[in-house]
Amino acid sequence: MELRTVRRIWQIFFLGLFLLLIVLHTSGVAGIGYFRDYPVRLFLELSPLLALASILASGTLAAGMLLALLTVGATLLFGRVFCGWVCPLGTLNQAAAWLWFRGRGGKAAVERNRYRRAYALKYYLLLGVLLAALLGVNLAGLLDPIALTYRSVALAFFPIVAGGYIPSEFLGGWLIGLLFGGVLLLNLVYPRLWCRLLCPLGALLGLTAFAPLFKIRRDRAKCTDCNACGFDCQGGDEPMGRHRVRECHVCLNCVGACPEDALSYALLGELGEGAKLDLDRRRLIITASCAAVLPAVVTASSGREKGYHPGRIRPPGALPEAEFVERCVKCGACMKACPTNALQPAFAEGGMEGFWTPVLVPRVGYCAQNCNLCGRACPTGAIRRFTVEEKVGMPIRLGAAVIDPGRCLPFAYGRTCIVCEEMCPTSPKAIFFEEREVEWRGERRVLKMPRVDLKHCWGCGICETKCPVSSQPAIYVIPSGESREERDRLLL
Amino acid sequence: MGRTVDRREFLRRLALTGGVFAAASAGALYFRGREPRARGAADTLRDHREGLAVDRRMVVLRGPDPAALVERGFEAMGGAGAFIRRGERVLIKPNMAWDRTPEQGANTHPLLVAAAVRTALAAGAASVVVADVPCNDPVKVLERSGIRKAAAEAGARVAVPSEGPEVDFGGAVIARFAVGREFLEADRIINMPVVKVHSLSGITCGMKNWYGLLVGRRHGLHQNIDESIADLAAAAKPTLTIIDATRIMVSNGPTGGAPSDVVRRDLVAFTTDEVAGDAWAADLLGRRPGDLPFLGLAAGRGLGTGDWRSILQEEVSVGT
Repeated sequence: MELRTVRRIWQIFFLGLFLLLIVLHTSGVAGIGYFRDYPVRLFLELSPLLALASILASGTLAAGMLLALLTVGATLLFGRVFCGWVCPLGTLNQAAAWLWFRGRGGKAAVERNRYRRAYALKYYLLLGVLLAALLGVNLAGLLDPIALTYRSVALAFFPIVAGGYIPSEFLGGWLIGLLFGGVLLLNLVYPRLWCRLLCPLGALLGLTAFAPLFKIRRDRAKCTDCNACGFDCQGGDEPMGRHRVRECHVCLNCVGACPEDALSYALLGELGEGAKLDLDRRRLIITASCAAVLPAVVTASSGREKGYHPGRIRPPGALPEAEFVERCVKCGACMKACPTNALQPAFAEGGMEGFWTPVLVPRVGYCAQNCNLCGRACPTGAIRRFTVEEKVGMPIRLGAAVIDPGRCLPFAYGRTCIVCEEMCPTSPKAIFFEEREVEWRGERRVLKMPRVDLKHCWGCGICETKCPVSSQPAIYVIPSGESREERDRLLL
Repeated sequence: MGRTVDRREFLRRLALTGGVFAAASAGALYFRGREPRARGAADTLRDHREGLAVDRRMVVLRGPDPAALVERGFEAMGGAGAFIRRGERVLIKPNMAWDRTPEQGANTHPLLVAAAVRTALAAGAASVVVADVPCNDPVKVLERSGIRKAAAEAGARVAVPSEGPEVDFGGAVIARFAVGREFLEADRIINMPVVKVHSLSGITCGMKNWYGLLVGRRHGLHQNIDESIADLAAAAKPTLTIIDATRIMVSNGPTGGAPSDVVRRDLVAFTTDEVAGDAWAADLLGRRPGDLPFLGLAAGRGLGTGDWRSILQEEVSVGT
């Protein structure tokens, strides 16, 4: 079997596995329950970019992310095989480019697969992301191809086909889907333009592949300079000339295309000029300056401690806000795991560094008392592994329920209701009622007025989810009193 | 002179233009004044007692083994054959609403449900479906309540309807409401509620259990919960009601949660009169019928009697 056929089989296998894990990672299925013990985090944990950014930003690494060492090891030995063989976004890009450029070969194909100086941009992006992480703002997840693809598939595309008792719906998922579509459309310019030009993980692996043991080797005696090796070159790494080993995705199309058998993927080919990084000192200085200023601006305007958004209700088990945003990579795994669809991608609730991080939106769904799926799904430990007992016993609190008497049926409209009391899952119930006699246009009515006893409320939000005043519920949860922030304690 | 238009070309273009305009006009007229979305005719729930010769009666059973209580209960009521005929489609409606374990007593006991499924199948039912529209996440409810596993092993299909056609209730508060499809496809419905206190209606047992027919935003009905309950009970017309009082929830209902919210009673009641069944449950919880307006409303509509002792046929002790 030809090597590129082997590579294609692996690509299809890994893309299939990636998608299968997302499907398995869905809300539960009757009779099977939840896929809580499947390796749903696998691909995210394979990304050395997410791991490195986590180390730089937070000084810690979740144990599962040690898997990223596999990727590092493979890259040191074999070059960027992750890009060419494993990465689901790489495979999708390759498929998109193939569909578009199919049948347009020859000189034009060689031309579009040439190396371009602009492709160095990804190294500057990488530098910016890592430097920003070091200064405490972790933006790696916005651009990391695994986090990006996971988020897009799980939050934008999967809800289209997903059924289930509680259909998934992610507010603002359209933006995530639109950007992902944009990434795929880049292939209409040049094949795998995202991978060649922008991907910071590709850049990190390019840095790692500084002297791989295996590489493409060209036998100059056999080579007739026909350029056929450039027809389907994925990395734009020019195997016909100074082969740029750091750009090479090890797709091995060149080896198969060579009519003279002059190319081989072999142990210890000479590195040559092509292994040099194409970076420029002035540009590095500009990048570093921007990356140094950005985190300062972001942090200074985050309102992390004062004036933060009342919708910034974090999942149970979330670390204190500063540590949370240092670790969260916005992959969407927790949102995908949430069985009630309560976890949603933040828009403005968490400031710039909190964009697409998870927030609980009780209008959409509530935090189920006997559930810890988000903590099991989180690859970085931004949401720690917590137990169900911590929720039932209430060391974990997400916030506090607030009654708005201006909208509440008994308070404002003289009608009985107390659905919130009925639904409240704690024992004793955090929501109780006070019977009150009111005079309603000359008529005496005895009404049950709901009240909240914060001693028993952990902010699950089912009162808000089920409130009959659906558009703007008369009882709602605010993050004040959440257990992860000692200074936000509400009760003495 | 290629730019001139001859007669034939003129007529051809005229016909084409006229044809397109006529088609556009026909289309516009066809759609003009249409309702944005046509509302289909509503279904109705059938009478699940139709053709049965069973009078109003009640049997109360006491014993530690829930399954034995169900088996003896059917016998005391005249045999399962008095309610289920060969080839009929049977639906069992437990209270399967909450993400709670059987011990917490918020849902019907899974052993009771399984025993009822086996009895119905033994009586020749073509199929048995166990269905409810829960309040909490359905998957968690199905698993933690233990009902899915127990009922499936007994041979039933367990369903959580998430949509269904609109049903005409013609009630005092509920005119039309969407009802889970499974409930419209059954010939016989056995209501299997559990006895619990409820802050708004006082207690929840048989008649309140019909909230679980409704899909969609049903909580607005709490504004007039008593009339809503009576409306639902008037429409549901169950074949039989089997009340789970093996343990009853005496506080913090209907969700409970703490062991102290539940008291073990080892009782099950069979009745063909839902009002009597609910009155019996109210007695267990120490509530007077006067505290429960929905009971009076239901009795007033001729749905049954609040005096459950008047129809009590037998009290049976099983295996004590």
